[in-house]
Amino acid sequence: MHLILFFLFAGFCLAGAINLLWQTHPINSALSLIVVMTSLAVLYLLLGAEFLAIAQIIVYAGAVMVLFTFVVMLLNAGREERTLGSRAAIPIGFPAVVVLLGILATIVLHAQGLAAAHLGVGLTNAKNASNLDVLSQVLFCELLLPFEVTSVLILIAILGAVALARRDEAERTAEK
Amino acid sequence: MNADQTMTMLLHHGFIIYAHLWLIPLAPFVGFLVNGLFGRHLPKWLVTTVALLAPLASFCVVLCDSDRSFYPCVETFGQWISLGSLHVDFSFVLDQLSLVMLLVVTGVGFLIHVYSVGYMHDDPGYARYFSYLNLFLFFMTTLVLAGNVLLMFVGWEGVGLASYLLIGFWFQKPTAAAAGKKAFIVNRIGDFGFLIGIFLLLANFGTLTFSEIGAKLAVSPALTGGILTVICLCLLLGAAGKSAQLPLYVWLPDAMEGPTPVSALIHAATMVTAGVYLIARTHFLFDRAPIALATVAIVGAATAIFAATIALAQNDIKRVLAYSTISQLGYMFLACGVAAYSAAIFHLVTHAFFKALLFLAAGSVIHAIGGEQDMRKMGGLRKELPVTFWTMTVAVFTIAGFWPLAAFFSKDAILYAAFVHGTEGQILWFVGLLTALFTALYMFRLWYLTFFGELRSPDVHPHESPWSMRAPLVILALLSICGGWIGIMRFSSYLAPSVGVHQAVSHIPHLEWILTGAAVLAAFVGWLIADRYYLRKPQRPALLAVAMPAGYKLLANKYYVDEIYNAVLVKPLFAISRYVLGWIVDTAILGGIAWMLAGIASFAGMILQRWQSGNLRSYAAWLAAAAAAILLFVLLPELLRNFDFAIAIVRH
Amino acid sequence: MSFLQHDVPLNWYLLLSTVLFSLGVVGFLIKRNLITVFMSIELMLNAVNLSFVAFAYQWHAVKGQIFVFFVMMVAAAEAAVGLAIIIAVFRARNTLAVDRIDLMKL
Repeated sequence: MHLILFFLFAGFCLAGAINLLWQTHPINSALSLIVVMTSLAVLYLLLGAEFLAIAQIIVYAGAVMVLFTFVVMLLNAGREERTLGSRAAIPIGFPAVVVLLGILATIVLHAQGLAAAHLGVGLTNAKNASNLDVLSQVLFCELLLPFEVTSVLILIAILGAVALARRDEAERTAEK
Repeated sequence: MNADQTMTMLLHHGFIIYAHLWLIPLAPFVGFLVNGLFGRHLPKWLVTTVALLAPLASFCVVLCDSDRSFYPCVETFGQWISLGSLHVDFSFVLDQLSLVMLLVVTGVGFLIHVYSVGYMHDDPGYARYFSYLNLFLFFMTTLVLAGNVLLMFVGWEGVGLASYLLIGFWFQKPTAAAAGKKAFIVNRIGDFGFLIGIFLLLANFGTLTFSEIGAKLAVSPALTGGILTVICLCLLLGAAGKSAQLPLYVWLPDAMEGPTPVSALIHAATMVTAGVYLIARTHFLFDRAPIALATVAIVGAATAIFAATIALAQNDIKRVLAYSTISQLGYMFLACGVAAYSAAIFHLVTHAFFKALLFLAAGSVIHAIGGEQDMRKMGGLRKELPVTFWTMTVAVFTIAGFWPLAAFFSKDAILYAAFVHGTEGQILWFVGLLTALFTALYMFRLWYLTFFGELRSPDVHPHESPWSMRAPLVILALLSICGGWIGIMRFSSYLAPSVGVHQAVSHIPHLEWILTGAAVLAAFVGWLIADRYYLRKPQRPALLAVAMPAGYKLLANKYYVDEIYNAVLVKPLFAISRYVLGWIVDTAILGGIAWMLAGIASFAGMILQRWQSGNLRSYAAWLAAAAAAILLFVLLPELLRNFDFAIAIVRH
Repeated sequence: MSFLQHDVPLNWYLLLSTVLFSLGVVGFLIKRNLITVFMSIELMLNAVNLSFVAFAYQWHAVKGQIFVFFVMMVAAAEAAVGLAIIIAVFRARNTLAVDRIDLMKL
């Protein structure tokens, strides 16, 4: 069961990622990315991280990708143009990626001592303590400060986004 | 114990009686500083006083030191160089030889300073002139008093510098500036020889002090020839440069561009005698190198007759006197070459008197007729310039060698010493005799052309010089008359402790009287010829010149020596400088290297500039490449070490 | 156990993470639309999240999952600001092509 689910949703991930690269219209790329994120949420579930799976769907797929879609529609981004191009990107970048992939894959595949993931095994096997319990226990007691600071960070990000994306006075009067 | 023994004992125990030798160069140096730094702002009488006090003070100190009963008197002022085994001190040495030189330098120097007050009275560079003159005195006294070769070289170079400054005194005149340069450069060639000599002395004796070298030579009597000859030849090169002998004499006639008192002081009485002084000082080296000594004699004799022949055809009064100086210096070198050092110094002293007198009188004549120096435009001046005429007459008769004037004694001493020196000596004697004839000839020619006949430049009104110019003339005339009366015998016995005794005797009876008679006869013949050609029938020289055009032109153009030097030495040097050093080294190599470095930098910049394209994707590509490289660098050794790729994950 | 009841070794999760990361880098290199480039960056972040979760499973450490939580938060903030910048750039240059935004070249 685990294996089938893994292969299925890993396949969806890969297909979505490749489709993101293949498509020329950004909206198609955005939708493929949503597919990737959702599949990743399922994979988190398989690994026993229920909270993260839901958080992934709510935050990433539900908020961030929607933001992307809004911006694509706002800017009326069309198909990609065959523009000036970069002479360095492909000859230098691709070998780099191949090297990266090669090394990391080698290490990952030959690592010993990694456990095998069982379905239904979470962080604890206690009956009354779910994943969420353990996570919130740590988050709100030990790591309270980073948690609060993160909220400040998000506030700043909101302010920054608003400041960057607004039109200034001249443009607004010109529009009128 | 009497006084001498006391003094000797004191000396042996290291007590040196202070002779205040440092005052002798110090007074002119102070004069140089004061007049050089502040002279422009001081009133003229103050400049004059400072300038005259300096040589007077030195002369007085020399006079005070002249009755010491013990010589040499050494004063040391501290260490100059102390490197390993080389020790050079600032030390002044006063012995008979340096005393005689100092008397001449400071005494005649003082008289010429007095003369200059009148001669340079209207010149705008008055203070500068006197500061240079005092500078010259400072260096000359240092040269004479020096106790080691290096300090003497300092004085040597310094007088060369002062000579350059004074020759080019009227530096706005291009000929004067060029003459100053020429003097300095030709002197430099001589100095090169001097320096090589110093190095060789150092290498072979380990010391540069005259007394120590003399002592080292005295303890090894078998050391002759060889390296000593080389050293002496190098020193001869230096002396030839400074004393204007063949082939380095070419600067002296051009040096007449300077003011006439300068020519009198530096280029007649004192600076050019520094070469003779050097040879006399290092006589102990030359005595051991007979080949070098013979070279000195030959150089001296050749120069004497060479310069005398050129003087026969010169028209500028100062040029005639310049070549006369070269010729007389040749006599002194001849004397040194036959080891008659005292005779050379004797002639040096008398020559200082009459040559300075000749130059100063010529300056008076030039001053009188408003700056004209060509003798063909003079004439009949004996009525208007009586004092000048009579003093110059004394000088002319002196240089010709008539009894009882000064040069009679000194020139005869030289000719006698040459004759008794062997067969080569007799050839040299004959050359000297011939030169004496020519000397009388051209000096009387000068005398007649200047003072007799009718004035050949019509609208000039000659006037006698002021008393400041006439007084030194009279004093020098008196010295020329009685300067030789001390006699060569007493003179050489006085100088014997410092220059050694070289008394050659001949067994021909009454040889001295015969030679003396021959010399006086030669002088008479010269006078007669001059009288015939320049007084009785003044048009005959012109006819003679027409009859022998080649000979006349050769003499008048100074044997074309300057032109030969120019073509053989100067032009190739300029060509090398311009083409090899200028184009090849400077422009091509050095400029090329600089250009290449700049080119590399700008080329690299041009290449690297392409890298900053502003293109996001290329930046990303390079980022990825760098990340891959770092990963590779860090992880690859790990991977390769575990060859079967067994990577254990350790539980933390 | 039969084939279907096999457990999935964590290596394969990590391999998937690596492959997703590489695909993200490739996308960053070859895409010409600014928004799509940004999306590739999000893909890379997600790949890293996956590997964190896998290791959290390995060590039974909840801190791994908390790290993923924080990454998500920061990624959200970053996405907001980044898209705002993209909008500003679009207003200035009127183009979303990456190659045309090269004012920083020498």
